Amino acid sequence: MTDIKIIVCAKQIPDPEAPLSDVSVDAENMEVIVDAPLVISPFDENALEVAVQLKEAAGGKITVLSLGKKVSDTVLRKTIAAGADELILLQDDQFEKLDSYSTATALADAARKIGDYDLVLTGRQAGDWDSGQVGLILGEMLALPCISMARAISVEDGSVVVEKNIPEGYERVKAQMPALITVSNEVGELRYISRTKMLKMMRGARKIPTWNAEDIGVSSDALRKMGIAALSSPPDMGRDCQFFEGSVDDQAEKLAEVFMGLK
Amino acid sequence: MSEVLILGEVKEGSLDLKSLELLGAGKKLAGELGGEVSLLLMGASVTKAADEAISHGPAKVYKMEHPLLEGFKPDLWVAALEQACRKIGPKVFLMGHSFVGMEVAPRLSARLNSRLTTDCIDLAIDPEDSLLLRTKPVSGGNAISVFKFQGEPQLATVRAKVFAAAEPDDAVGGMEEITPEIDESMIKVESLEIVEEESVALDKASVVVAGGAGLGEEDGFELLEELAETLGESFDNVMIGCSRVAVDKGWISSDHQVGLTGTMISPDIYVAVGISGAIQHLVGMVHAKKIIAVNTDKSCNMFKVADYGIVEDYEDVIPALIEKLEELS
Repeated sequence: MTDIKIIVCAKQIPDPEAPLSDVSVDAENMEVIVDAPLVISPFDENALEVAVQLKEAAGGKITVLSLGKKVSDTVLRKTIAAGADELILLQDDQFEKLDSYSTATALADAARKIGDYDLVLTGRQAGDWDSGQVGLILGEMLALPCISMARAISVEDGSVVVEKNIPEGYERVKAQMPALITVSNEVGELRYISRTKMLKMMRGARKIPTWNAEDIGVSSDALRKMGIAALSSPPDMGRDCQFFEGSVDDQAEKLAEVFMGLK
Repeated sequence: MSEVLILGEVKEGSLDLKSLELLGAGKKLAGELGGEVSLLLMGASVTKAADEAISHGPAKVYKMEHPLLEGFKPDLWVAALEQACRKIGPKVFLMGHSFVGMEVAPRLSARLNSRLTTDCIDLAIDPEDSLLLRTKPVSGGNAISVFKFQGEPQLATVRAKVFAAAEPDDAVGGMEEITPEIDESMIKVESLEIVEEESVALDKASVVVAGGAGLGEEDGFELLEELAETLGESFDNVMIGCSRVAVDKGWISSDHQVGLTGTMISPDIYVAVGISGAIQHLVGMVHAKKIIAVNTDKSCNMFKVADYGIVEDYEDVIPALIEKLEELS
């Protein structure tokens, strides 16, 4: 056993699989309004899953960090049910709608406050703004070896060996810990958490620590909001669909003729 | 003065064609800024690519060659790029939203202390303050956002196939060599091996037959394979695609996935079978020339973007279609 200490950064977002009809754009206030339940960003769930696998293999401790103006602990408690040891909410009015660089700045300060860690894991990109920046910027700010797009992670003798996606296939790379790794979906979906376990977790009197900007020592000068100059709905992608009629055979025949016409 | 700098990419010694799209974007921005666009190429040897690039209108091609830049070692590339940016001092620095760009751009953003916008589909200069207006789809393509940040260089990665490639022109610019100060001690992440895997180049397909949750089971893809094979007699490059759900369920490998986190494609024909059309999937295929949808739910999103629709069980209609196609071809 080589006890490994892992920080997982998890972002809370509106469910990205929500149907189109649940999404609207408020151009005036420059906000995307999604009428969908909050979830943990999918790639961050992948990061947590691989963290739990590593902990199971080597022993250790998982700390989940989630940052926002207001973070719902009911959503994030799932991480504890899945196997995280500690959940810390980074909450402050100043954390509202931060740009990637500022988010990474605050996460870096939180990681420094935690101090002792072997791995920092993030999802490869968030499921709302799809920016794919925070992980690597965070790694640079903490001066850690940075590995992106991990599809498998293993730990041996103070080093981490990662299979990372590359266009040709994958590359096996190795770095000394501590290291920063951004995680892709191939590591597997977050394990299933039974309702009973979830409910038990909700009822638990466990206190979830909350750190604000002052607690982590991030200066307000370092925090900038996303500079949105304009926001609009996407252009209409609609076409007039021609539905075929008649029996299955009739419809298949008409479609086959369409194909032949496109040859 | 190089107001706009482009990171070109080299593929098997030659200039990657996507670099010409970046150059096209860069020319437009340089025009708006009243300045010039230059191109940076890096690698062990970039001479051939530099010669190809120079006839496409950059005021200058910066060649950054070093034996250690052979292959893509992110730690060294980021260090060399940081040096090049500090030396050249561009107002705007554009990279492709490619494998290389997605890795180096955020790290460069951290080192240069300048905000980055990734995966831009449009770029312009704000005439009031000369800052870069960076347009990108957000919330899974449900909204289009324009970002603007202070700081230099203005950093963005650019999506492929949205800007027209720069045309060759008569003005031939100059070349300048930059020697990066890099050494092996800068490598923090060591490469052990590269394992090549056969992957599906979906973006090269002219016809994609794709399946989703509506197939109900892994075996559904066998029927789609059969259809693809039959279509293969009339069309070149017929490939199998899928939605994220099909990958998550373990029915098919992720290199078949179409959409925001899979491959973005624009084939001649896209056949969506049992795919309801989550927005993150739609943005990846909606630019197909013709879209054909088969689904039991007439109200699903896929029919809203389709040209032809059949509201039937695919298990009935696909075998019938294969039969008719065989009769006709």
